[in-house]
Amino acid sequence: MASYDKNDNSVAVIIGSGAGGGTLANELCQKGVNVVLLEAGKRYTIDDFVNDEWPAFGQTAWLDKRTTSGTWRVAKDFSGLPAWICKAVGGSTVHWAGASLRLQEHEFRVGTEYGAVKGANLLDWPITLKEMEPYYAKAEDNMGVTRTNGIPGLPGNNNFKVMHAGAMKLGYKGVHTGRMAINSHPRDGRNACQQLGFCFQGCKMGAKWSTLYSDIPKAEATGRLELRPQSHVLQIQHDKSGKANGVLYADKDGNQHVQKARIVCVAGNSIETARLLLNSASSTFADGLANSSGQVGRNYMRHMTGSVYGIFDKPVNMHRGTTMAGIITDESKHNPSRGFVGGYEMETLSLGLPFMAAFLNPGDWGPGFASAMDAYNHMAGMWLVGEDMPQESNRITLHATEKDQYGMPVPDVHFDDHPNDIAMREHAYKQGSAVYEAVGAKRALRTPPYPSTHNLGTCRMSAAAKDGVCNKWGQTHDIDNLFISDGSQFTTGGAENPTLTIVALAIRQAEYIAGQMGKGAL
Amino acid sequence: MKQSNVARRRFLQGSAAAAAGASLGMLGPWADALAAAASMKVLSRTEVATILVVARRTYPHDRLADKFYMGVVATLDDKAAGDSETAKLLSHGVARINKALGKPFKDASPEQQLAVLRGMQADGFFQAVRGTSITALYGNKELWALFGYEGSSYEFGGYLHRGFNDLSWLPDPPETASPKPE
Repeated sequence: MASYDKNDNSVAVIIGSGAGGGTLANELCQKGVNVVLLEAGKRYTIDDFVNDEWPAFGQTAWLDKRTTSGTWRVAKDFSGLPAWICKAVGGSTVHWAGASLRLQEHEFRVGTEYGAVKGANLLDWPITLKEMEPYYAKAEDNMGVTRTNGIPGLPGNNNFKVMHAGAMKLGYKGVHTGRMAINSHPRDGRNACQQLGFCFQGCKMGAKWSTLYSDIPKAEATGRLELRPQSHVLQIQHDKSGKANGVLYADKDGNQHVQKARIVCVAGNSIETARLLLNSASSTFADGLANSSGQVGRNYMRHMTGSVYGIFDKPVNMHRGTTMAGIITDESKHNPSRGFVGGYEMETLSLGLPFMAAFLNPGDWGPGFASAMDAYNHMAGMWLVGEDMPQESNRITLHATEKDQYGMPVPDVHFDDHPNDIAMREHAYKQGSAVYEAVGAKRALRTPPYPSTHNLGTCRMSAAAKDGVCNKWGQTHDIDNLFISDGSQFTTGGAENPTLTIVALAIRQAEYIAGQMGKGAL
Repeated sequence: MKQSNVARRRFLQGSAAAAAGASLGMLGPWADALAAAASMKVLSRTEVATILVVARRTYPHDRLADKFYMGVVATLDDKAAGDSETAKLLSHGVARINKALGKPFKDASPEQQLAVLRGMQADGFFQAVRGTSITALYGNKELWALFGYEGSSYEFGGYLHRGFNDLSWLPDPPETASPKPE
């Protein structure tokens, strides 16, 4: 691994090593750029992962203090856990389920397509699907997405069998085991999936793509990457001209260091990225970095989500095998005759017994709840993930009084459902229940949104500087050498799981950055 | 009465919890409670016996023996030992719940117990027992198999050859939707 002096201001500093930061690091290193990659979390190995929900959660989850506000149910049930994401090298690619879908063409221009939606801060992305296509293709190849690049789909497990049978009864057409970044055969130095059933706990086969054991080792092999785990960035610094020039971080002992930088790329996931820009406020930038528009932290999206668990007379054993390799795509289209704009995907989902107790219906108890738990191995489950409306009032702010272990203000995550989100969720619950009832479910349980695993939009792309935080390259409008490199960039959320788009954007951003550096423009 | 006097003497004599449990086995369900109470750090026998019933009534599973609900009690006892606020919350909660019906909570019918719990579900004591049960009960590996949850699979080679797609009461999807395993 490379080793850079802290005063070396010729390096690109990337903050966060997940789908965005980890991909960007490798892409830049492959193009000859020297990179310091700062990751708040530890560097685990595949051997460290455990097939056990609560210990795995304790191992890799981001548990630094956060607060919640607003009317979302997460604020009541999990007031200190707005999001379930990772603090580890690899970021949330350690615990993600592998669903790798492209955004749809219209989802890049919903400001135009949906028209005015009261209370929704809709805006077109400053890029089109056409411009994204070559980068989606590269991302799918890089990650090894099934049903692309000659890679066969995964075999469907019991949970998928139930979804498929029910979907057929309802006349759904787009039903298959998904486009998953999980090897159906060995590929790119990684094993094939053995249907462990613990995708969320770190893939112990290495079959699921993660920057931890894919992009980061490749970047290290170039000799240009220095990865510093357990390095929590506290502030981004700038010079008198307003150019970013360094990054202040705390190491594992709490000692603070400054790494000088030629460019700074922020990929801390949407809560921490926005928080970092706000915490980097200075006399020059009183409202935080790159915040002339006031949009830093705003338009926080978490997708319309919810789950349905169907209970059957006969065993299902949904816990056996992949957590999410199954999809019905039919409802993802924009079809306002349903009573809402945007669409949603229906994806198989399984939780183990411990998580089922905690998340099936948080706070619930008594004979009804216990009888549902009694039927655990007779359950089939799906997750409904759809486009939620960006609202300016859904936002990350700095808490007025609460501080973290470094004395920095912690983030507050404020969220209220938009009426469109509620209407979409109700439709999705009905359809999900109908799938299961069509093949004999005795009960169909509606599960509310979990602490957010998709966190988007808090430093969004916009054509005009007043409407967002960064341009079509993720380059902040205000500071040329400061980039947003994670899902914070999303102008709108679409109906699809975001990781593939985050990776594609990072590949594209790397091309732009390397080109600009080559020209001496950065 | 005589039998519980025997139990109390053994308890006061400080005999090992395991030995006490073994010799008290003939007393039935409360034997576990009495034996466990001997090994608790803070909770009294009454508190142990009451919280045991609260836990079971909150998450009632006939398939689960008392020892699993005792795990919830032990977890709360640990918390109480480390934090006097929790200890107070539990002991006040137990005292209140045992006054609610004019007889010990554990001696009431399940329906009466449920009614009392419904009335106090906003209460900190109830929420402490309920919240702790989520992890202390359903997170206990020893009972997973009773629910058909098979736990860790990596060491067994996953489920690819152990029934990941063995459901036979619905038709298999076509290969276009679900390719055969390689």
